[in-house]
Amino acid sequence: MSASAVPNGLRRAQADSVWVRRGLTIAALLVVGLLIVIPLVNVFAQALASGVVVYWNNLFGDHDTFESIKLTLIVAPTALALNVIFGIAAAWAIAKFTFPGRTLLTALIDLPFSVSPVVAGLIFVLIFGLQGYVGPFLRRDGYAAMPYLLAGLAAAISVLGYLALRPTHREARHRFWNYPWSTIVLGCALVFAIVLLPQLYLDVWPHGKSLKIIFATPGLILATAFITFPFVARELIPVMEAVGVEEELAAVSLGANGWQLFWQITVPNIKWGLIYGIILCNARAMGEFGAVYVVSGHIAGQTDTMPLRIEKLFQEYNLPGSFAVASLLTLVALATLLAKVALDRAEATRRRAAAEETTASAVETTS
Amino acid sequence: MASVNRQVLPGFALSLGYSVFYLSVLVLIPIAACFLKASTLSFDAFWHAVWTDRARAAYALTFGAAFIAASINAVMGLLIAWVLVRYPFPFKKLVDSLVDLPLALPTAVAGLVYSALYVPTGWLGQYLVPLGIQGAYTRLGIVLVLVFVGLPFVVRTVQPILEDLDPEMEDVSASLGATRWQTFRHVILPLLYPALVTGFGLAFARGVGEYGAVVFVSGNMPFRTEIAPILIVARLEEFAYSEATAIAVVLLVLSFASLVAINSIERFTTRHER
Repeated sequence: MSASAVPNGLRRAQADSVWVRRGLTIAALLVVGLLIVIPLVNVFAQALASGVVVYWNNLFGDHDTFESIKLTLIVAPTALALNVIFGIAAAWAIAKFTFPGRTLLTALIDLPFSVSPVVAGLIFVLIFGLQGYVGPFLRRDGYAAMPYLLAGLAAAISVLGYLALRPTHREARHRFWNYPWSTIVLGCALVFAIVLLPQLYLDVWPHGKSLKIIFATPGLILATAFITFPFVARELIPVMEAVGVEEELAAVSLGANGWQLFWQITVPNIKWGLIYGIILCNARAMGEFGAVYVVSGHIAGQTDTMPLRIEKLFQEYNLPGSFAVASLLTLVALATLLAKVALDRAEATRRRAAAEETTASAVETTS
Repeated sequence: MASVNRQVLPGFALSLGYSVFYLSVLVLIPIAACFLKASTLSFDAFWHAVWTDRARAAYALTFGAAFIAASINAVMGLLIAWVLVRYPFPFKKLVDSLVDLPLALPTAVAGLVYSALYVPTGWLGQYLVPLGIQGAYTRLGIVLVLVFVGLPFVVRTVQPILEDLDPEMEDVSASLGATRWQTFRHVILPLLYPALVTGFGLAFARGVGEYGAVVFVSGNMPFRTEIAPILIVARLEEFAYSEATAIAVVLLVLSFASLVAINSIERFTTRHER
């Protein structure tokens, strides 16, 4: 069998005739060229059609465009941070434990994928909009809820901190570490009161002023977080499942608390999956259009993110300006692809090294 | 195993509790609010909102265009995956990574550039429009941009299956006298069906909900190039919230239903193979 005569190390039975091979390759390259390469080149060609100076002015000379870039740089990272925290929590629960409803939870994580972005935006309008469920209250005296929200948030964070820092070893638990329930209840009430009362007495929040969620930055963040909700969790669950629990169990038996366990064992193990999830989620968050289109009030310079700015310039027949913004987002997309290639390569190297190590240790044990 | 983990590893209650909380606040409660709002409509009002001629045309176009685009994706995705796995050619790695571009490229950018390419003065339109092929502001344009958006799904689901295919099957098939086409048709293709269906389903689901890309290329003419999400936005801009919600509920239910249908087809084909 002269497998070397066949390209790509395939067997003779797998080798198609030269003409089939060439024909199919050319057809596939044509498809990729027409659908992907030509549009990609066209973005930059159109953006730079009138020269670099015009391009620069379109991006940074136009106040509203510049504001849209800044807004995107606020909205996307915030939504991303929310989803990273959720992704890690969900992956930890789903990959390391079994519990009733595990399959349902995994399926529900994918739910936003099947919701049209426009519908995603609409549901937030239905809640926070003027005709929505909490909209009228927010408009009348929205800031009245702020002290309670902040106090609740502070209480929740302190509970998380307590749970994370509590030693796993029974011997290491002294004093209040030994009484989780009473500590949590009392501590929660204490933190809630400490944060709440000064706000009420010092009157830090305005009265009778409306708090804008929809048609303002918080709504944009909510809509973006909804659309990009599954990305980090979906990347992390298989990675965490593959890593298993042995190392974490060993760390616990050596007395690590939750905080140490997370940063010293879990994070290094899921690092690549996490980074990959983050860049993918970020690309979608920066480029989200449908959902933010609905919740943005389209106030130029205030609630227009970059994709919305593209649409507005397009409607104004300002194609060079539109393509200039589009070219920035295309660069982000290209950087995302590049990062993916680099991560795949790092992963392959790591896997090969791990495989060599196992073979080496296997040889050692047999000899 | 599980109960042991739960006693030893920290953070079960914490992580599960937080996940369920965040999922509820961001996803489940808002979706429930949408259904709740729709349920406050009388049946007549609901029916009147979702079953107008304009809405029916929009549903037909939304699901029809997504179906056609996903079918095209199934064929082209199989072709690209096949070529990427089987044949050597220059810049293969580059082509392989470019296939992922539609996942990373904002849909608004895709819509913008597709609309610019197929107008009479565009790079492709200057050749196509004289031939009578109108790729901008037509239904064809909608299908084209949906094909772009959905392309990676089929390639990325079929590619790993094709890579892991046992080469001995093709040896056996060839030694039994099958031609390459027969081998492909009767040996390889049936093994790829589940992956093809999954990829088709993902591309279809994406196409049904797509708004950003379509709004640029379609021209948004009622009855002709108006998809359901565009109709929802149009209703919202008229401040007809109830009608928008009713149409949104129809769209939600239909996309959940098609997702379930595709999942069961996938399960059926997988079981069928075994």
